[in-house]
Amino acid sequence: MTHHLTAGPAVFAGPAPAPVQAAPRPAPRRRRAVNGRQWLEIALFAGPALIVFVTFVILPVVLAGVYSLYNWNGLGPLERFIGLDNYARALTDPLFLRAIGNNATILVASVLIQGPLAISIALLLNRKLPGRALIRALIFVPFVLAEVIAGLSWKLLLSPRGGVNALLETVGLGELAQPWLANPDIALWVMFSILTWKYLGFAILLMLAGLQGVPEELHEAAAIDGANWWQIQVRITLPLLAPTIRIWIFLSMIGSLQVFDMVWVTTKGGPVGATNTMAVYLIQYGQGQYGYGSAIAVILFAISLAVALVYQRFAMRRDLAGSVTSGVR
Amino acid sequence: MNKRAATRWVALATVGICVGALAACAPADDNPGEGDAVTIRWWHNATSDPLQGLWADVAAEFEAANPGVTVEVTGYQNEDLQRTLIPNALQSGDAPDVFQVWPGGEVRAQAEAGYLRDISDDAADLIAEMGGAVKPWEVDGVQYALPFSFGITGIWYNKDMFAQAGIDSPPETLDELIEADDALKAAGITPLAVGAGDLWPAGHWWYQFALNACSVETLQTAIPALDFDDPCWVEAGENLEAFLETEPFNDGFLATPAQTGADSSAGLVANGNVAMEFMGPWNSGVIGSLTPEAEVPAFLGWFPFPTVPGGDGDPTVTMGGGDGFGVSAEAPDIAVELLKYIHSAEVQQRFAETGAGIAAHPAAADSLADPNLQQIASGLAGSSFVQLWLDSALGPEFGNPLNQAIVNIFGGVGTPEDVVTALKDTAAAL
Repeated sequence: MTHHLTAGPAVFAGPAPAPVQAAPRPAPRRRRAVNGRQWLEIALFAGPALIVFVTFVILPVVLAGVYSLYNWNGLGPLERFIGLDNYARALTDPLFLRAIGNNATILVASVLIQGPLAISIALLLNRKLPGRALIRALIFVPFVLAEVIAGLSWKLLLSPRGGVNALLETVGLGELAQPWLANPDIALWVMFSILTWKYLGFAILLMLAGLQGVPEELHEAAAIDGANWWQIQVRITLPLLAPTIRIWIFLSMIGSLQVFDMVWVTTKGGPVGATNTMAVYLIQYGQGQYGYGSAIAVILFAISLAVALVYQRFAMRRDLAGSVTSGVR
Repeated sequence: MNKRAATRWVALATVGICVGALAACAPADDNPGEGDAVTIRWWHNATSDPLQGLWADVAAEFEAANPGVTVEVTGYQNEDLQRTLIPNALQSGDAPDVFQVWPGGEVRAQAEAGYLRDISDDAADLIAEMGGAVKPWEVDGVQYALPFSFGITGIWYNKDMFAQAGIDSPPETLDELIEADDALKAAGITPLAVGAGDLWPAGHWWYQFALNACSVETLQTAIPALDFDDPCWVEAGENLEAFLETEPFNDGFLATPAQTGADSSAGLVANGNVAMEFMGPWNSGVIGSLTPEAEVPAFLGWFPFPTVPGGDGDPTVTMGGGDGFGVSAEAPDIAVELLKYIHSAEVQQRFAETGAGIAAHPAAADSLADPNLQQIASGLAGSSFVQLWLDSALGPEFGNPLNQAIVNIFGGVGTPEDVVTALKDTAAAL
């Protein structure tokens, strides 16, 4: 197996550039000349998808890059080129820097808190226990719920006159009652709790699926060798679950960087920027200033891309080795 | 043609259809004016009755009076309409013919980009009839839109709660307002609600303090020139800070929305949880829609913002604004006729009768039935000058930076100087 991420052209079967390979393998097939008819077929099959992709993905990304160099309020032609001023403005705005910080906090907290939590619950639910199917279903419910509905529900529950405070007062914990989403000191962690509630089900589902791939025989063998339950989980299950965990961390990181809807519905980034994220800032400040908004979008894109590439390069290269490297195994 | 060639042609045709489907996204030419049949698209911000019904009636009447004309009338949520739908439609070259236009810097931005039709001559008579109310929709002497409603912001209050707290008459000075707050608190009532979660309602407090701190000359010169060096702009924030120290606002106001749900600032007033809210002339309708009976509560009253001692402000200057309609530069001539019909004395009288707002046309003044709106109208009549809400007056770029800086004062993390810095930075980045 090669460790090159992109070794050789991915579209046509062809020779890989000197892959490090221990075992002998059959000589690569000779590249066949692609004749006109094949080009036509390629064009016909790839063409429509390519047109859609370029029109709705590549072109908007490029246009955002162009707009970001202009001072433009969205009305009238692009006329006032201002170079990188929009970027300088964004990266010196304390509110935007705080939004980046909030995204980073959510990202790190997701990985460190949601991950272990999801793995533990998945391990628990992977055992035979009464009502397992029901618990599995219930845990997955928040993830299925529409984001806006979940957000509005939490907003109502957490408001000063809402259900959470009423519950606390009823059970005699009235001094803990407070405006949960309006207190800047705790709002981000309240938001993180809501996000955890919402997305934990997805993480658990992934982990459960990963656990199905761990052969029962290994557990039995380990048990025969005298390992206790705890040792089996740490030495056998977790290492075999690692590819799933790595994929989940990747999805979680990208989701954390792009988080928008839940924040928009519950707090719009408030109070005083405590729960602001890059995407929320983009909408709030990009309206009426499309050039500036585009610069924010490009920064968000760049950060996400950098995180994704670095993570893929260093954490997921084993997982991706087969899929991204052309057929050179 | 052999089988393979046939397959090829089918595939080619498929691609053609796919590309054609993409091209279909482009707006079709509807060639208004050619032939008799004309369709006019009209976008407004009324999403509930009575206003939505009135506009539908107006459209139907206009169709009946002008055979061959079809009016497609649609109501959209206010902020979506102004911040997303209209800019996108204008930019794409497929603008509605008649649409909502905000005053001040907002109409200026659209007019300068060439999207609005100059109606100064076509509607000259109507403009003369309507008088001073049309000024905020004028850019450099050219009329680009007409208001159908215009009013001022004041304090909406619960008369029953005032009686309960032993307050005999609405406060007239800021000190009296603070005294009233204390009396309400003593009676166990939260004095004021503010929807700072939506930013702009908190912004309105600072705008009002700026009106009290700054002279009329400063307001009239500083806003068009975007020059905020006068110390009165800092004083506004200082006065707001001092007022905030009396802690008059509802719990969790930093996350309170303005208009949605029972926990919004309007909802808190509507359901008897808070005594007062400083809000625009539309508020009786919003409060009415948030009560269990969906009716304007009988306890609701209105008084103008109290005067603030000190400062250069003229106490007869009030803050307000309104809603208007303009005509797209590309629209057929008949669209201007629709605009004139919407703003005619007759339709304006019917608008006033609905209680949805204060009609901008003077001929509709007597048709105003709602007692609170009558009070606002008399406050408007007594104003020496109506300053547009500053976010509208300054234009689309200013709203968020300005209002966020103001909310930061509310949250105790910003200073009066920060607001002026935000104004100057935004002006410098224009």
